[in-house]
Amino acid sequence: MKSITRSVALVATLLLGPFIWSADTIKVGVLHSLSGTMAISETTLKDTVLMMIDRQNEAGGLLGKQLEAVVVDPASDWPLFAEKARELLEKQQVDVVFGCWTSVSRKSVLPVFEELNGLLFYPVQYEGEESSKNVFYTGAAPNQQAIPAVDYLMNDIEVKRWVLAGTDYVYPRTTNKILEAYLKANGVADEDIMINYTPFGHSDWQTIVSDIKKFGSAGKKTAVVSTVNGDANVPFYKELGNQGVSAEDIPVVAFSLGEEELSGFDTGPLVGHLAAWNYFMSVDAEINDEFIDAWLEFIDDDDRVTNDPMEAHYIGFNMWVEAVNKAGTTDATAVQDAIIGVTVPNLSGGMATMMPNHHITKPVLIGEIQADGQFDIVWETPGTVVGDAWTDHLEGSRDITADWMKPLACGNYNVKTGTCSGQNYE
Amino acid sequence: MRSCLVVVVAAGLVPCFGLEEKSALDASFQVTVDLLKTRSFGEKAEAARAIAAHTHPRTLEVLTALLDAELYTERKTDRVVFANGLDGGGFNIRDAVTGEGLGQVGRRGAKKISVNNRLRGLLRGLIAGIRLDDKDPDDRIAAAEAIADGADSSMRAVLDARLLVESDANVIAAIETALVVFDLDANDETIRLRAIRASASNLDGRVREKLTGISNDPVASEAIQEAARETLESIEETVARYKTIETVFFGLSLGSVLVLAAIGLSITFGVMGVINMAHGELIMLGAYTTYVVQTLFPGALEYSLLIAVPAAFFVSGLVGIGIERGIFRFLYGRPLETLLASFGVSLVLQQAVKTIFTALNRPVSTPQWMSGSFELLDGLSLTFNRLYILIFAGLIFAALVLVLQRTRLGLEVRAVTQNRAMARAMGIRSGRVDALTFGLGAGIAGVAGVALSQLTNVGPYLGRGYIVDSFMVVVFGGVGNLWGTLVAGLSLGVANKFLEPYAGAVVAKVLVLVFIILFIQWRPRGLFPQKGRAAES
Repeated sequence: MKSITRSVALVATLLLGPFIWSADTIKVGVLHSLSGTMAISETTLKDTVLMMIDRQNEAGGLLGKQLEAVVVDPASDWPLFAEKARELLEKQQVDVVFGCWTSVSRKSVLPVFEELNGLLFYPVQYEGEESSKNVFYTGAAPNQQAIPAVDYLMNDIEVKRWVLAGTDYVYPRTTNKILEAYLKANGVADEDIMINYTPFGHSDWQTIVSDIKKFGSAGKKTAVVSTVNGDANVPFYKELGNQGVSAEDIPVVAFSLGEEELSGFDTGPLVGHLAAWNYFMSVDAEINDEFIDAWLEFIDDDDRVTNDPMEAHYIGFNMWVEAVNKAGTTDATAVQDAIIGVTVPNLSGGMATMMPNHHITKPVLIGEIQADGQFDIVWETPGTVVGDAWTDHLEGSRDITADWMKPLACGNYNVKTGTCSGQNYE
Repeated sequence: MRSCLVVVVAAGLVPCFGLEEKSALDASFQVTVDLLKTRSFGEKAEAARAIAAHTHPRTLEVLTALLDAELYTERKTDRVVFANGLDGGGFNIRDAVTGEGLGQVGRRGAKKISVNNRLRGLLRGLIAGIRLDDKDPDDRIAAAEAIADGADSSMRAVLDARLLVESDANVIAAIETALVVFDLDANDETIRLRAIRASASNLDGRVREKLTGISNDPVASEAIQEAARETLESIEETVARYKTIETVFFGLSLGSVLVLAAIGLSITFGVMGVINMAHGELIMLGAYTTYVVQTLFPGALEYSLLIAVPAAFFVSGLVGIGIERGIFRFLYGRPLETLLASFGVSLVLQQAVKTIFTALNRPVSTPQWMSGSFELLDGLSLTFNRLYILIFAGLIFAALVLVLQRTRLGLEVRAVTQNRAMARAMGIRSGRVDALTFGLGAGIAGVAGVALSQLTNVGPYLGRGYIVDSFMVVVFGGVGNLWGTLVAGLSLGVANKFLEPYAGAVVAKVLVLVFIILFIQWRPRGLFPQKGRAAES
């Protein structure tokens, strides 16, 4: 008899479990790879979200409830991202998801979030050309990273010849397409632009560096705009150093090289080269010091660093909290309406606002790599820059705008024809 | 004078005049140094110029510290200090003006005075300008060369001034060479013409740009334009010739990396017939051994690679023997199962490394003697790391050939591979020979890892990038033939590098692969097929 009671109780708990829990806590999904090639970068972001949840709970939770993290591992496997996203939204009934790193993983989960009307905060710089009702892009769009970096090189360093070097995949190709159009619009001649793509993990840079050297020895000031992906960077910079190309002769500005990546490098050959981000660990701001201390304490390792995508999650998380408070509910549609216009502090001492196109305002910083793996900020935009979902520099997307406020409520609206193409996740 | 009197009263014996002069100098230097406390790099450049022009004995030290990122402001007092990082975080600080020690501050106790690239270039020039008055003539020569490299026209006056007082003949020669760069813009026709002709051996881009400008300059005389054109042509010729030599070197160097990675496989796959997918991971273990050696002996960075080579040989060799004894010996003659099993082993090794060292890449430093490049001729330099690896690959290859041809182990290995049953009948313990051969191949893979740690990332996936290339080289060269591996590796490297400028890195790789596939269709046994009875099985 006793055992029957017990099993009934057990079954009841199992059946009712999710409902009981959802009454007590607000579930926050974390969709970052904890294994596979992307684990290196994404594990840190998972920890960041967990830290933010801890801090929120210590401060009394949200709407009088505690937050509960639901962590899944999509294992750097793009189709698995979609499955795990479905699991989070359908089975776990999470109220919000923080996740993804690569563009391909975001594209993979997008249909799931749109179908189930979930909320995704995406923290990494990307190539733009997208705006979904269900996604909030807290990383940089091209006009918040690539274009200002080129402006800096063009105006402050007076660069006249350009090498666009990238790894052969979607982000570098799209970014370089935008940059090429932008450079040409600014009067750079065809022969002053050299575009080069290399495979993932390329390790033999001899010819390319020698070509860059030759390209740069035509007398005009030359710079390399690098969208080379993580791993291939070490041999690239080593070869530059060995062939005697210094940052003073030909500076390299990188878009995907941050503090986290540098911590695995022998930084010697990199000193003086540049990176463009919206946040550096070395930013001089009280709020940043406080965040770094909290992070080092949470992760319990004084050697860890903070980086730009972490700041993006910090901002995204606080925006979501604020929007939920404003809406008084975690309901996705209500939060989508409430979050537009929400303003929270960023870590560089300014404010970040969620714009109607689901991108945020960010300052753009250019840093020079130092021997200790940190960046010295050498240039920054005077104010913040509004993220532009659809670039003004490409033919097809110039006339397109994204505005999720009523009455337009469209992520892909053509101002010329006055039509909305509907969701865009292809 | 009143304050001086007070000092005299207070300090008693201190000579009043000298102290006042010194403190006045300090005070004015303090004002100059304090100019650095600005966010604007333009103002910092002005401050640096002012410091260089100052007569204070500490100018060189301050500028050098600024260049080396050792100049900070103390957060509490906002004064400019020299700061040396301490091991546990935090800094040891000294006052920048007086040099007086100020004790230690925490990690956030001092804020670095940042410099950018332009400022760095300026600082190097300013420092060279100061060092041009150095006592040691060698330092003066180096300073003159540094100024020529910088080609900053504001430095010309410094060179001219030095030339007037310089007495050392070598230094005068160095300064005159440096002046050539500036003389290209001289007003005097003869000086300019001489400078243009003297520039023929200078392959620097700035010189070429200037010459191009002169050759099209309508204001310049016909003779000058003509001379500039001729010089340009001769420079272009030299550059083109060097480019070819460089490409051959690049090719050989890429080839030597391929040979290094493949040569261990050539033994295990070629000689023993084991398809070892874990070969790449054995390379990776060698690279990690280098990291461990560097971590264990942080003081011996210059020798770390010499220690790492035997260490990596043993680590990878022992792991190799372990794999052979534990798994492969049960699978001889079943290539498909070996392939799957060794793939499993490769995953296990990757995960083991991730568990021990985390999934992050490990920083492996390059010793001084492997950094930079070796200047063969002016304008043609070969990078040291590639050069050493090329030589190293040659040595390893020679050693391996010697082992297989001249030692008893080599004899036994060849006997077992040619006819296992016969060899056993002769009293050779084939099991032991198998283990040792596999260990040798694995050990060589580990040694290759040491070399690769100097070229690429040391991470858990290091091996993946090389396994396909290694098999490609071994199959192309002819299975079971060491010389084949050597020729195949080097020729694939050179072919790749000659294709790359025309086709790009991605397509060059594709073309090489397509070529190998077609070649294997034509000669299925590779470049140097094994002959005789052994080949038929």
